[in-house]
Amino acid sequence: MGGVVRTAQQLVAALRDPASVAGLDPAGWTALLTAARAERLLGTLAHRLDARAVTPAVARILADAREGAGQERRAALWEAEMARRALAPLGVPVVLLKGTAFVAAGLDAGQGRSIGDLDILVPREALDAVEQALRQAGWEAVKEDDYDDAYYRRWMHELPPLIHRERDRMIDVHHTILPPTARPTPDAAALVADAVPLGNGLSILSPPDIIVHAAAHLFADGDLAGGLRNLWDIDRLLREFDGDSDFRPDFWTKLDERARRHELGSHVRRAVRLTHQLYATPVPPDWRRRYALDALFRRRLLVRDGWGRQRRSVTRFGFYVRSHWLRMPPRMLARHLWIKATRKSA
Amino acid sequence: MRHVHAFRVGPVGFRVGAAWRAPVAALTALYAGYPAPEDDVADLTVRLHPERPWRRWVRPSVAISGDYWLPEAAPLPLDQGLLAAEMGMNLQVALGWRRHLLLHCSAVERDGRVLLMSGASGSGKSTLATVLALNGWRFLGDEFAFVALDDGRIHPFPRAASLKNGAIEAVRVAGGTVDPVIEDTPKGRIGYWRPPADALARMAEAAPPALLLFPRFGEAEAVERMAPSEAFMRLTQASTNYVALGEAGFAVLSRLVREVPTLAIDYPDGATGLALVERLWGAL
Repeated sequence: MGGVVRTAQQLVAALRDPASVAGLDPAGWTALLTAARAERLLGTLAHRLDARAVTPAVARILADAREGAGQERRAALWEAEMARRALAPLGVPVVLLKGTAFVAAGLDAGQGRSIGDLDILVPREALDAVEQALRQAGWEAVKEDDYDDAYYRRWMHELPPLIHRERDRMIDVHHTILPPTARPTPDAAALVADAVPLGNGLSILSPPDIIVHAAAHLFADGDLAGGLRNLWDIDRLLREFDGDSDFRPDFWTKLDERARRHELGSHVRRAVRLTHQLYATPVPPDWRRRYALDALFRRRLLVRDGWGRQRRSVTRFGFYVRSHWLRMPPRMLARHLWIKATRKSA
Repeated sequence: MRHVHAFRVGPVGFRVGAAWRAPVAALTALYAGYPAPEDDVADLTVRLHPERPWRRWVRPSVAISGDYWLPEAAPLPLDQGLLAAEMGMNLQVALGWRRHLLLHCSAVERDGRVLLMSGASGSGKSTLATVLALNGWRFLGDEFAFVALDDGRIHPFPRAASLKNGAIEAVRVAGGTVDPVIEDTPKGRIGYWRPPADALARMAEAAPPALLLFPRFGEAEAVERMAPSEAFMRLTQASTNYVALGEAGFAVLSRLVREVPTLAIDYPDGATGLALVERLWGAL
């Protein structure tokens, strides 16, 4: 297990302090690059490292990753523009989320970031009109069964994913940031109301809400897969919003108030603590208090080995169970898992 | 991983790791004489692992993954581990490589110019490339043509040629050694042909393309000129990374179809195909 911790920790160290790669031998580089790719952090790492200080083979791999991230950025912005055009006639607010929001707003968190689907947030009452407008513009349902479709519509915070028939790109249309079955109930109307316009008809969440959403996504809505990248997003966002050096007390107060308003106070505090612990994010002293449970979360986050595999299967399984537990009440969870299991074997 | 082999094919450094000894031993033998990855840092990683932990021993089945994978890639029995390694390498290149435009083409070179042959499985592009290599052409590859994004030159990727069913006999008849041969794979009988020493020694040597063929095996001999527009559309279909490269891919592919004459050719058998290719090449 020592080896597992070493590669994952080396990745975290390389992101935090690019000079830490100085002593790596070829095997160490291979492991680092493979783990970074598997965590979808290779583009980010490529932006952090100095290409002049590495061997030609490593420099080429990093250059490819930068090119790849640049292309993903272009494609993501184009996809956002396509959605904007399709939805403009409706006159409803359209809020970009996650990676696309970071690059659209030019935030540091978007540097080299890998971006897959387009995620947008719209007011719940506009959901039907939005879906119709997207379908008219060429998006269609990903093939799936009736249970999945009904499940999404009744219990999820987003429409069943739609895919564009020509561009083959997916869009997730959210009406809030957590499934309605989850215990915290974020204030979706406030998310939309306080969104920051980008000047082209699209907007992004307000700075505190971006952090709250990233933390909600990481700790209240999943099994922490890909968590190192989510935490890195949070690190970059905190540094940028806080001005990176002297704490702006009003920012941290606002973040705390906002998190509590969305019933996500403890999740946001955990996100801030873990990003401080892993990425040395500057954080005010009262946000740093250590909790015993944090060690378990760090253990779950640092699972990637030098072959790109996820180790620590018991820990990961525990977090998988936790993710379902957080997302739905027990009776519903049992029914859901039963349907999923029997369908798979059929 | 327990068993590892790292080596370089053209511009690509591979690292293949497996839970079993046999697939790595077979791979090491097939790729004997290939150099190590540059600076000993591989570009792409392939993992061959049991589908479930106990499947390492009980009816061992080799799942294929790595830096990139497809959820639908089915595992293979252990005695087809070499095929699994080859499929894993192809998969990594197809999904992960972006330093060149990749075309699903075989490629051979003569007099400093490259002949590209594109086609689906069964078109005979691997067999033709192998047979041409046995007749004085330099073998650049039977699976992917690597097109440089800056100058459009073709970079060699001389993997072992993978020959299916009837192609194995055709290459043997032409004087080639096909070894090992794996029976009863999902794709039928598969054999491997090792490129000659010359192809390995010169695998960093790129050359410009001079002719593009879309061969079709098993039809009466016929030759038809193909418009650049049709060649362009066909090659976007035959490229694994055209979309991912964005504008750079568009620029280099449009240049290729503008500059390189393109023909669709039908041929009934290997000997006729070989003669036809030589004739068309001579008429350039």
